[in-house]
Amino acid sequence: MSLELIATILGGLTVGSALMVVLSKHPVRSVLYLVLTFFMISSNYILMNAQFIAVVNIIVYAGAIMVLFLFVLMLLNLKQENEPRTSFLIKIASVLAGGALFTVFIAALKDGVVIAASSVVEANDQGLVQNLGQLLFTKYVLPFEVSSVLFIAAMVGAVMLAKREKQMID
Amino acid sequence: MTLAGIFQSGVSIQFYMVLATLLFSIGAVGVLVRRNAIILLMCIELMLNSVNLLLVAFSTYFGKADGQIFVFFIMVVAAAEATVGLSILVMAYRNLRTTDVGLFNKLKG
Repeated sequence: MSLELIATILGGLTVGSALMVVLSKHPVRSVLYLVLTFFMISSNYILMNAQFIAVVNIIVYAGAIMVLFLFVLMLLNLKQENEPRTSFLIKIASVLAGGALFTVFIAALKDGVVIAASSVVEANDQGLVQNLGQLLFTKYVLPFEVSSVLFIAAMVGAVMLAKREKQMID
Repeated sequence: MTLAGIFQSGVSIQFYMVLATLLFSIGAVGVLVRRNAIILLMCIELMLNSVNLLLVAFSTYFGKADGQIFVFFIMVVAAAEATVGLSILVMAYRNLRTTDVGLFNKLKG
């Protein structure tokens, strides 16, 4: 099998599972399809030799964020029967808007000129841990440290929000 | 045939541009169509991931690792956003007993 065929099959599976996220009625099924989409995107990363990003994508997205979503879904105990319905007119309008967005993006990207040829780069190991770590701790060390502040802010915010208040507003 | 040579073996960068745009559009349609707030947050994650895919594709294509560092930071922001968004959602559910975004209209007056 050629790489072209593998990439096409993986791309089709990615789009299919992403469509099922939007189309499936049950919220839990939607979450599971999103996990499948993340695995497909990770396989695309592996195909592009971005191994570190592929593993981190599985750990962070499929492992942490999606478990959090699933946990909240189970906690709220949402059923299929009280899943809110959307009117037919809004559905048609949304699909038209999405199609228009896709058309505009493709039309804008179509005329973009890709400057460098990939054949210039023959040693394609920039996606490995050693190279990424070196870059992260030299050139991008300040954003890396600032992102830890963001994490602390998010953690404190989540705890503050989820804490049950003494008096509830009726 | 090595995995590193995907862009030398006939797969064009345009393929990944179309794929990422398609995923982004599906996420945008999901935000517009669905009314469950949790699914809305999931569709936003899908849109963020489509951008990640395009960044990694260009990073591999140009042979520069900077795009993959940006993917790393997008993941950090997405994780923080998901935690805060979900805790706001749990708070709203506690007060309103629903996750339907059409019913979050207490501020309307």
